[in-house]
Amino acid sequence: MADAPSGNAENNTAEAFLQGGSLRHAPGPYFGSYGGRWMPESLIAALDELEETFNKAKDDPEFRAQIADLNKNYSGRPSLLTEAKRFSQHAGGVRVFLKREDLNHTGSHKINNVLGQALLAKRMGKTRIIAETGAGQHGVASATAAALMGMECVVYMGAEDCRRQALNVARMELLGATVIPVTSGSQTLKDAINDALRDWVANVSNTHYLLGTAAGAHPFPAMVRYFHEVIGDEARAQILEQEGRLPDAVCACIGGGSNAIGIFHGFLDDPSVKIYGFEAGGDGVETGRHAATISLGKPGVLHGARSYLMQDDDGQTVESHSISAGLDYPGVGPEHSYLSDIGRVSYEPITDTEAMEAFRLLCRTEGIIPAIESAHALAGAIKVGQRLAAEDPATAAEKIIIVNLSGRGDKDVATAAEWFDLLDKNSAESEIGKEGEQL
Amino acid sequence: MNHAEMTSKSAAAIDRARAQGRSALIGYLPAGYPNVEDTIAAGIALAENGADLIEIGIPYSDPVMDGQVIQAATTEALANGFHVKQVFDVVAGITSKTDAAVLVMTYWNPVVRMGVDEFSRRLAEAGGAGLITPDLIPDEATEWMAASDKYGLDRVFLVAPSSTAERMQRTVDASRGFVYAVSIMGVTGARTSVSTAAKDVVAAAHDAGAERVCVGLGVSTAGQVREIAEYAEGVIVGTALVAALRDGGVDAVAALTKDLSTGLAPEAGHTTDGA
Repeated sequence: MADAPSGNAENNTAEAFLQGGSLRHAPGPYFGSYGGRWMPESLIAALDELEETFNKAKDDPEFRAQIADLNKNYSGRPSLLTEAKRFSQHAGGVRVFLKREDLNHTGSHKINNVLGQALLAKRMGKTRIIAETGAGQHGVASATAAALMGMECVVYMGAEDCRRQALNVARMELLGATVIPVTSGSQTLKDAINDALRDWVANVSNTHYLLGTAAGAHPFPAMVRYFHEVIGDEARAQILEQEGRLPDAVCACIGGGSNAIGIFHGFLDDPSVKIYGFEAGGDGVETGRHAATISLGKPGVLHGARSYLMQDDDGQTVESHSISAGLDYPGVGPEHSYLSDIGRVSYEPITDTEAMEAFRLLCRTEGIIPAIESAHALAGAIKVGQRLAAEDPATAAEKIIIVNLSGRGDKDVATAAEWFDLLDKNSAESEIGKEGEQL
Repeated sequence: MNHAEMTSKSAAAIDRARAQGRSALIGYLPAGYPNVEDTIAAGIALAENGADLIEIGIPYSDPVMDGQVIQAATTEALANGFHVKQVFDVVAGITSKTDAAVLVMTYWNPVVRMGVDEFSRRLAEAGGAGLITPDLIPDEATEWMAASDKYGLDRVFLVAPSSTAERMQRTVDASRGFVYAVSIMGVTGARTSVSTAAKDVVAAAHDAGAERVCVGLGVSTAGQVREIAEYAEGVIVGTALVAALRDGGVDAVAALTKDLSTGLAPEAGHTTDGA
């Protein structure tokens, strides 16, 4: 059923860029045939205003200074680049370095984007922020930015997720946000986005929609990426400083794809660096219960952009499945669809089982509990490392892979404890520790 | 193909109403709610009781411009097993029995999935007048512009209170049949009053050269129909009809349509209290 999207047909395009063009220059609205604005007319004026504000801001030294200050003194950037020596032994013996986005304030890369967008919202004179969230990570980050900047914050979250993620709902409320349970449609992340869009249409004069990933209508994909490019910029400078050379490969996990596009951009124009995006393979792509949008989806339009999409023969969005709530989305950012088609980035699925094995491995070899999302990138890095070693065993120990460790796994302890059967059957955690649940 | 010479079924239906000294009534129903047969019966009831144009919605998994009543109906239609191709059965079922112009209202992805040309061909074959596209703006409509010309279909784009003069002009220029003026910044759903923004949007569309402008979103009573009929060529009612179908079946749709139609002509008498 797959359209065999990756590589092949348009490889000449990739070669053309590698011979002189730049993939880093990708301002949108289109990335190849992807992206655009498949949105109600009512919201076009707001998107225009956002685009104009963003374009002015990124050329404004004052804005750039504000972002740099927040990144340093609030988020704790630059995040470290840590060599994972014991973990590396399981990845074919190549050297694996971790880009430590898990060490940022709020525990993931999400903070980069929410601070940037909240600053833009203030520039536009908006006093209210709305956001969607799946398990609650982007909701918590949005509530954090809103609290920091003194703005009202409303978060849309599937009703079932609200019940399962009661502690994340409490976190958002502690930060002063209002959480609205979404009961329409399939009551999942995509429906939370739908309800946020409905709110935005009705309240656009005072409200900014703080979308949490590099998807949606232009300028969101290019703008969210811009705020995350710091990940790739830092990682590239750090590996050059620490090792004096570029890595052989860069790995990241992909849901909507914001952490991935952030680190990828640092290396897109380095032809020697292979780039890999790892999607959520769920129970296995052959089961239909997965979130491997690029690997198995077909191009379509959802939430404002043309991109790969998990859909049925009627064009209805189908539900995705993943142990990782952060990857459990049936769409993907349009720039990833383009990078797949031209063969610059390879996208592969990682099953729940593979991700959880990598999760446990990092815990036990490095003393770092990763987010289950990031564990997909770790599992992918193990495969890439083993392939590199198989290609040329003699040089394996010299190869370098950078993995974007996009978040910490404290939020995933209940899920992991359930997965590895670590909970007493009578414990309260056992009651709520089902698939995708977090404490 | 010369747009001006192309016959528009929607324009013809609006012009027939205009020749009678009144605005046109456009009624919305989702296809397959509660099933295909009842949608056809309700569509025929709309036409027989005063609707000049009928808008058949395709149930979609992610209807971002719809409020709770329509969302609930389309979710039920999908749960009952509705398939996109059945919309052509609905359109053919209504056009074979009535003179009403029948348009399809659809979010864009189901059309993309079937193929824009294939969808257009089948819609024309079913006797459909064209498409109303809530999440397709002219900027992204290259394929649809070509297919609608090829099959002689109307393309009804939306304009909103937030549309700039430039966008208003572009949208009016791209539209055929009529222009859909969104009355308020919001989603579908009955509201107690129609905002004053509607009148301004219609005036702006007229200024941009639109000959036929129809107002939708939030219209549910004959009184609101009367208010809008004073300045717009057509009035669109959706949520109220869906609620009528939900609560009282086809008979309730017929009764509400009859009542709504009393508001169409400026010189008509006062509204009844619901027939």
